[in-house]
Formats: sequence, C-alpha cells, structure tokens
Amino acid sequence: MTRRDFPQLETTRRGLLLGAAGLGLATASGSLNRAFAQDTPRKGGVLKLGMGGGSTTDTLDPRVMTDWVPLNQAFMLMNGLVEIDRNNQAVPELLESWEAKPGAAEWVFTLRQGVTFHSGKALTVEDVIYSINLHRGETSSAARAIAEQIKDVRKLSESQIAIELTGGNADLPFLLSDYHFLVVPEGFTDWSKPIGTGPFVYESYEPGVRSRFTRNPSYWKPGCANVDAVEVIVINDVAARTNALMSGQVHAINRLDFKTVDLLKRNPKLQIVQSAGGQHFTFLMDCTKAPFSDVNVRLAIKHAIDREQLLKVALRGYGQLGNDHPIPRTDRFFNTELPQRAYDPDKAKHYLQQAGMSDLKVELSSSDAAFGGAVDAAAIFRAAAAKAGIDVTIKRESPDGYWEKVWLQAPFSMGYWGGRPTADQMLSIAYASDAKWNDTHWKNAQFDKLLLEARGLLDDAKRKEIYWTLQEMISNDGGAMIPMFGDYLDGVSTQVQGVTPHPMFNFMGGRLAERVWLAA
Amino acid sequence: MTALILKRIALGVFTLWLVSVLVFAGTQLLPGDVASAILGQSATPESLAALRRDLGLEVPALLRYSHWLWGFVQGDLGQSQANQQPVAELLWPRFWNTMFLAAYAAAIGVPLAVGLGILTAVRRGGVFDRLVNIVALGTVSLPEYFLGLVLILVLAVQNPVFPSLADVYPGMGFAERLDATTLPMLTLLLVTVAQIMRMTRTAVLAVMDSAYVETAYLKGLQTGRVVLRHALPNAAAPVVNVVAFNIAYLITGVVLVEAVFNYNGLGRFMVDAVAKRDLPMVQACAMVFGAAYVLLNMTADIAAIALNPRLRHPR
Repeated sequence: MTRRDFPQLETTRRGLLLGAAGLGLATASGSLNRAFAQDTPRKGGVLKLGMGGGSTTDTLDPRVMTDWVPLNQAFMLMNGLVEIDRNNQAVPELLESWEAKPGAAEWVFTLRQGVTFHSGKALTVEDVIYSINLHRGETSSAARAIAEQIKDVRKLSESQIAIELTGGNADLPFLLSDYHFLVVPEGFTDWSKPIGTGPFVYESYEPGVRSRFTRNPSYWKPGCANVDAVEVIVINDVAARTNALMSGQVHAINRLDFKTVDLLKRNPKLQIVQSAGGQHFTFLMDCTKAPFSDVNVRLAIKHAIDREQLLKVALRGYGQLGNDHPIPRTDRFFNTELPQRAYDPDKAKHYLQQAGMSDLKVELSSSDAAFGGAVDAAAIFRAAAAKAGIDVTIKRESPDGYWEKVWLQAPFSMGYWGGRPTADQMLSIAYASDAKWNDTHWKNAQFDKLLLEARGLLDDAKRKEIYWTLQEMISNDGGAMIPMFGDYLDGVSTQVQGVTPHPMFNFMGGRLAERVWLAA
Repeated sequence: MTALILKRIALGVFTLWLVSVLVFAGTQLLPGDVASAILGQSATPESLAALRRDLGLEVPALLRYSHWLWGFVQGDLGQSQANQQPVAELLWPRFWNTMFLAAYAAAIGVPLAVGLGILTAVRRGGVFDRLVNIVALGTVSLPEYFLGLVLILVLAVQNPVFPSLADVYPGMGFAERLDATTLPMLTLLLVTVAQIMRMTRTAVLAVMDSAYVETAYLKGLQTGRVVLRHALPNAAAPVVNVVAFNIAYLITGVVLVEAVFNYNGLGRFMVDAVAKRDLPMVQACAMVFGAAYVLLNMTADIAAIALNPRLRHPR
C-alpha cells in the first residue's frame, strides 16, 4: 500500500501497494484461457511459487508489511479477519459472522470456534482484539488510517466482540479484510517467525530470497492446505520469472509482462490467469491551477485521448477501458449507464472554444515510476491530443522521488491506483475534498455530503443510487483522466489445479497457496 | 617493499573511509528516508513520526554517521532499519555467494583467457587468431543481460541442460551449486574473457618483437619455451593488472547478471538496500565493494612491482 515505491521495474509493482487489502468488486470478472479439471483436491507435493515484489528488507510484521511476496507469505502463515471471495464479497475468515446496528456505527462480530494456532493454543477473543489493536493508537501501522475509524473494540463474551466506529460505515467488514489485519496470539511480538492459524507452518524464511512453509495438518478451512509444503522463491525480474516458469523450475509466477502474455498462451503446459480488478492508471489535472481550473479544459483533455489505442498498446489489451472515474466495472456499484467516453478531437476543440481558447499548450510530468510504460502512454496521448489542437509537452521526471516531488504537486502528472475494496474507500481516499491523497485537488461540497451519506447506509439500493451520481460527478467534473484499468495476470503450470481468477490482486488475492493442489 | 605495502594499506583504509562518507552523504541527498520507504503511500504524518522515533531517525545525520563509524571500526555492522535483522547475518551469506560465482568464473575464465591470448599471439594473423578475436569482441560488445537471456533460451528453455534460476541455498551440495550457477558463470565468462585475452595477446606480442626473443629463437629454442620462459614473464605485469581489474568486476559489477538469473548475491542486496534507504545495509555493501576494489588494485600493483626487477630493486 505504498504509493511511493522505489523505481518501478515493472508495471504492476505498486498494484498491491496501492490497494488496501482488497478491491470491492461486485463480481469477479476474469477468464482462464483453459478449462480446469475441477476434481477434488489431492493432497501432497511441494508447491513452488516464483514471485516478484519482494525485497531483502521485507518483514512479516503485519503493521509495516508491504508488497506482494510478504502478503502471500503472511496469508500462508496467518489468517485475516474477513476475506474477499472471488465474487468480491466480504466473507468470513476468522470472524464467522457479523451484524450492524442501524446507522452502521456499532457492530457485533462472532468469532470462529475450534481454531488453533500453530503453537496449539486455541484462538480466543483476546487474540483478535490484540491483533486489531496493533493498528490503533500510537503505532507505525500502515493500516492506521483505517483503524482510526475504530473508536472502541471490546469483548462481549468468549465468542463475540463489539466494534464501535467514530461514524457509520456500512463497509466495515470490507475494511477489516485489509491484509494488515492478521491474527496472532495475544502479546505476540516475534515477527521474524510469526505464529498464526494459517494453512502452513513456518519452516524457514529468508526475506527477499526464499521461504519454505509446511502444511498445517489441523487447518480449519475445508478443502484447503493441500500441498505438503510451499516454497516461495523471490524473482523480481519479470524475464527471469517467466524463464523459471517456462523451464519448469517453479509451478506458478505472478505479475506477467503484458508484452509476453500472448507468447505464453501458446505454451500448452501453462495456463494464464487473468483477473480484472481495480488497478487503474491516471492522468492527473490539478483543478486549482490554470488552465485546469476550467472544467472545459478538463473535458477537452478527456476527449483528446484515444483510450482503445492506449489499452491496446500499453497493456496489449489486458485491461478494461476507463471512464474517468476510479470505480471498476467489477464493483457492485459500478455505474453501467454512464456513457463510455470516446476519442473525439472535434468535441475536444469544442470544449476548448467554450474555455475561450483556440489551442492549448500543456506540460505533462511523466515517469515510469507512475506505472511501467507511463512515458510511452504519455507519448500516445501527445499524438492523439495534437489532432485536437492540444500541444502536450512531456516532461520526464526522475523515477526516484516521483511520489514525493511530482505527484500531488505538478499541475499535470501521471499516477496509478491499485484500487480499494469498496467504492467508498476509493472515493474517500482520493476524491473527497479533504482526502489526504486528493491528487487532483478537486473539491466539491455536494460530493462530500453524498459520500458521507452513502457510507452510513445499509440499504444497497439507495447506496447504489448515490454512488452512481458520484461516479458521474467525477467523470464529468473531476480532474482525473482515467483511460484504462489493468488486469492482474498470473502464469500457472497446468499441473496446478484449482486456480481461479480473483478480483483482488494476483495469485487469488494472495491465498493461492492454501487453495490449490498438484495433479498427480 | 614492506614500507610500500604498508603505505598502500593506509591509503586503502583512507579510500574506504572516503567511500563511507560519500555513500552516507549520497543517501542523505536521496529523496525520502527509510520510514517513508517502509510506509509508502499509507504513511500518515503520525505513523511516520512514530516510525522515525522508533528507528532513531530524528538524530542529526552527523551523529548517526559517527555512531555507525564507531560501530564499524569495532566490527559491528549494525541492524537493518527496515526489518531489524543484524546486517552481518544478511550480508555474509550473500557475500559468499558473490565470491563463489566470481571464483567459479575466474577459475575457468582467467586460465582460458590467458591461454587464448598466448595462442593467438603465437598464431598472429592466422585463422585461429582472427576467429578467436572476432568471437571475443562479439561477446564483449553485447550487454551481459542479453547474453544471459540468450544462454537461458538455448540452454534452459529449449534444451533443458542447466536451470535458468541460479537458485542457491544453505545446505546445498557443491556439485549442485556448480550446476545451478553454470549459466551465470558462462555469461560472466563471455564478458570478461575478451579483455584479458586481448591484453595478454598485445603484451606477449610486444615482447615477441624484442631482440632477446629473437636471440632465443636463434639459439634454437622451441616456440613454446620461448613464449613461456622468455616472453611471458616480461609480459605479465599488464596481464596481472587486467586480471585484477576483471576479478574486481566479477565481484562488484554483476548486478545485471544477478537480476537475470535471480542470483542471491551482493549486488541485488545493495539495490534493495538503496531502494529502502536502509543505511546500515547500504554502508556495509559499499564497504565490501570498496574493500574488494582496494585490495585487488593493491594486489595488482604489488604484483607488478614484484614481477619487475627494475621496480623490485630500485637503485
């Protein structure tokens, strides 16, 4: 969940980083290029995963954990409170059920019974409260901003806890699916060797290099933890990762290079897992700075980009068109009736005239730190915009320090979001007037009011109505041009069974290891 | 001689100290610090402040540097700021990995290159000379990551002879380790052989034209004996120099090869450390790399003196 990651080696490195631990998508859309033999899980074998997104400085401390490899390793050792399923619903993990009082400010959660830690200790309410409290108060937790909404957590009985929020939030279960909310025994602090309730037990772990965890024979989740052991080999270079998969040294790799997916698809021993999700790429106009303070200029820019071409060139088609708002079509509150904006140089010129201009010169700050291929995307935009009388100068920024020095500062820059579990979270974090990461400096009192209203509503029909309006407001008035959403792509050997697309990140939302099994 | 070596060592230590100052200052100039690198986008001012306090980052830079230096001279490399592990524990296994690969490549590459250099010098202008030169120049002109990928394609993906991942781990057998690192070794061979080979060839040729070599031939010695006993010792100094230079490259300059083969060496480790602004780790790597360069250069200089009677016995 770091916006500022170090210089990007690849496109989607920051996918995880940006997404709080989930994406609130209504239906998991995505496809597998081959049908799977979905027979019953078979036990045995050693699963080898080659993964990018790890570093020798990694840690499994749930408070400061970040990036793909630790996320997957953490889900092997520990369980979360709530998980997001492949249909994008918040479903129970260690919290078995929940109920909100009207107004959604007070919640009661029931704990799953009969779960034990790897140490043999039974899971109790105290463990869960301790684990939540790691992120509250004076803490360096990355989930602190989420946990700040929690006013109080208390024990009701041996199986129930109450959570009181500072304000109504109907999405609390989604928020608790954030990957930082992992459960450890009360008082646990030895993060170099976590003890959890997860599908695998710690055997060896070398940060940023490799890990080996063995099967937890008494794992509580039915049909899971099938392989005897799981090995993770960190391979940050995408070419090395792809080679390792092709030469059979690993069973699966995450985050394929968009450019080589078509080639990999030809290999009969491989399956490509494509998952549509919430990661999207943005061209950010600062609504407080001229010329972007004029909505007509913003609309001119939004009509001056050829989205189809950009998607085809930059992502090789492995993505979805964006409609200048951050809600993905997989979200249950995605506005299906908002017309898709298309490339229209004449309309762009029309809006320029409305703004009292015959032509427009703008400077676009770009760097591959924003997302891999951002500079190329800027060039594609430049060519398309020229036909609409908009002269775009591309200013190449250094990738190092891009998030500190350029993002949120330059009048016209590029960026990237990994999506959030819910529409509310995505809109609150980057579009509300007082949002910390309001990267377009767009302010709209009406928007803020509606956003707050929808947050506390438990009635989905009413919420949908509001979220549809909000998407329309951002699309027509906001400062972000969002031309496309990128899919998550994994490559998996056909030997691995039980793999499905998942709207939340690569590798089935980080829980691939516990779900799959190896064919005989 | 001893005085000279001592002087060299003192200079080397001074160089290392300078490196540590420059690296420290350089990392201070980079935008962001370890706290913002760890927390990234989810950083709020409060959590940043909390983490900075935990890591002792509000202490002035000069004080932090002196603290580090004091630990270093006592042999304490400190703790990683990002994951709280002792730096030494993280560093040494990778150091040995790097040394293993460098030694593997040097053990095969240096004799091969010197041998080829002598042979091409003897067969100057012949087909063999030209062929070897063309191939060597060709491989040295290609970037190492490209050569690595070609080797992977041919020897790992299309014909699975060697693994594409140079995956090494503790407890691995020596033969297994050699097998795993063969492809990166071959890549390094291809990029280092040319330089040593050509330097040897030029040096040998230079002395081959001299009068005493002609005399040796005239008194009826065989070519082999002329080259090995008479020409080579006088050609050795520049060869030793270029060999030392290439070994230093094998230790310090192989980040790209490590990336292509996913080899767990020091180069990748340092890249990670810089990315996270993890100062104790960056400093430790810089010291190792600096020491490697200093030592090898010193060895080359001393060897050059030892090999040259005029320098060995100054009048």
